[in-house]
Amino acid sequence: MSPRVTTPQQDFFRGIWRENPVLVQLLGLCPALAVTNTVENSLAMGLATFFVLLCSSILVSAFKSWIPKQVRISAYILIIATFVTLADLVLAAVVPGIHKALGAFIALIVVNCMILGRQEAFASKNTIGRSVLDAVGTGIGFIIALVMIGGFREVMGYGTFLNFPVMGSSFEPWIIMILPAGGFFTMGFILLFFAWWEERKVVHVQPRRWIAGVTSEVGGAD
Amino acid sequence: MNELFMILISAMLVNNFTLVLFLGLCPFMGVSGKVSTALRMGGANIFVLIITSMAASFLNAYVLPYAPYLRVISFIVVIASLVQIVETVIKKVSPTLFRELGIFLPLITTNCAILGLAIFQTNRGYDFMEGLFFAVGGGLGLTLALVLMASIREQTEVTDIPAMARGMGLVLILAGSLSLAFMGFAGMFSS
Repeated sequence: MSPRVTTPQQDFFRGIWRENPVLVQLLGLCPALAVTNTVENSLAMGLATFFVLLCSSILVSAFKSWIPKQVRISAYILIIATFVTLADLVLAAVVPGIHKALGAFIALIVVNCMILGRQEAFASKNTIGRSVLDAVGTGIGFIIALVMIGGFREVMGYGTFLNFPVMGSSFEPWIIMILPAGGFFTMGFILLFFAWWEERKVVHVQPRRWIAGVTSEVGGAD
Repeated sequence: MNELFMILISAMLVNNFTLVLFLGLCPFMGVSGKVSTALRMGGANIFVLIITSMAASFLNAYVLPYAPYLRVISFIVVIASLVQIVETVIKKVSPTLFRELGIFLPLITTNCAILGLAIFQTNRGYDFMEGLFFAVGGGLGLTLALVLMASIREQTEVTDIPAMARGMGLVLILAGSLSLAFMGFAGMFSS
C-alpha cells in the first residue's frame, strides 16, 4: 500500500475526533472502562497515557532507522515500559491518593494497544515533528473519551462533577454507574448514540432514496 | 487447601478478570463471535496464564527484591519471550495443537490479563501455589466469560435487531448485563 499523504493538520486532528482511539477504533478499552468511575481518575489516567504515548513516539521516531525490523515490537514495548515505569514512580510521589486508586492499571499502560498501535502505524515511519503531532492528537482524543465516560459515570453515580455536587440534593445516585457494569453500559450507550447519529445523518442527507421506490427498499442494493 | 480453593473461586467468579476487573477486553470484543473460537482462545489463555504465574513467582523471589523499579519491564520482557518459546516448542512437539491455537498464542502477549495477573499476584503477595491457583481461576473465568458472550452473540446473529445496534454498542451492553449478573457472586464469601 502506498503511504497516504496527509497534512500536519490532519495528523493532529485525526486522533482527536474522526479516528478517536477509544470511541471509534475501540483501542485501549481496558483502562477506558476500568478507572473511569470519577473524572479525577479519568484525567490522571488520560494524562499518564498521554505522557507515555508522547515520549515513546518521540523516541521511536528518533531511533526508527536503528531498530531492526525483526525485533521492532519488542523494542517498542521496552521503550513504552520504560516511560510507564517513570510515570508510575512520578504519580506515586506526587499524587499518592490517585496512584492508589488507579492501582495496577498504571503498569497496564504498557499493554494499552493504542500506544503500541501508534508506534507501529505512525511513529516508526514518520519524522519526529509529525510523530509528536500525531501523538498529541491521539493523546488528546484519549483524554476526551476518558473524561466523557468518567464525567457521565461520576454525575450519575455520585451526583458530582470533579467533587462539586451538580445534581441537587433530591438526586438519588445510580450506584450501578460506579460498579463495573456501569462502565460497560456507559460505553455501550455512547457507541449506540454515535451509531444512531450516523444512521440519522445518512437518512437526512439522502431522503429521496427512501421514498424513491419499493424496489430499493426490498432489494437493499446498497 | 481451603485457602487455595477460595483464591480459585474468587478469581473465577467474584473478581472475574474480564467482567469485573476489565482485563483482556480486546480479545473479549474481538474473538467472542463464535463459541468454538472462544473456547480455543480461552484454552490458550489458561496455558499462558499458568506459565506467566510461575515466571512471576520466580522473578518476585529472586530478581525484584534487588531492583523493584524493574518490575514492569522485567515482567513484560519475560512474558513476551516465554510466549515466543512456548510457541516454538509447541510447533515442534505438537503441530496439531499449534494449528488449533493458531494466531491466538502470539496475540496473547499484548493481552492485559496476562500482565495484570503478574502484577496483581505481586501486589497481593501470593506464593507459588497461590499464584498457580489464581492463574487457573482467572483463566477459567476468562474462558467462561468468553464462551457466555460468544453464545449470546451467536444468538444475536439470527435475531432481528435495530440497525444502529449491529456493532460493538450491543456487545458492550450485553457485557454490562453479564457483569451485572456476575456481581451476584460478590455475596458468596461474606459469611
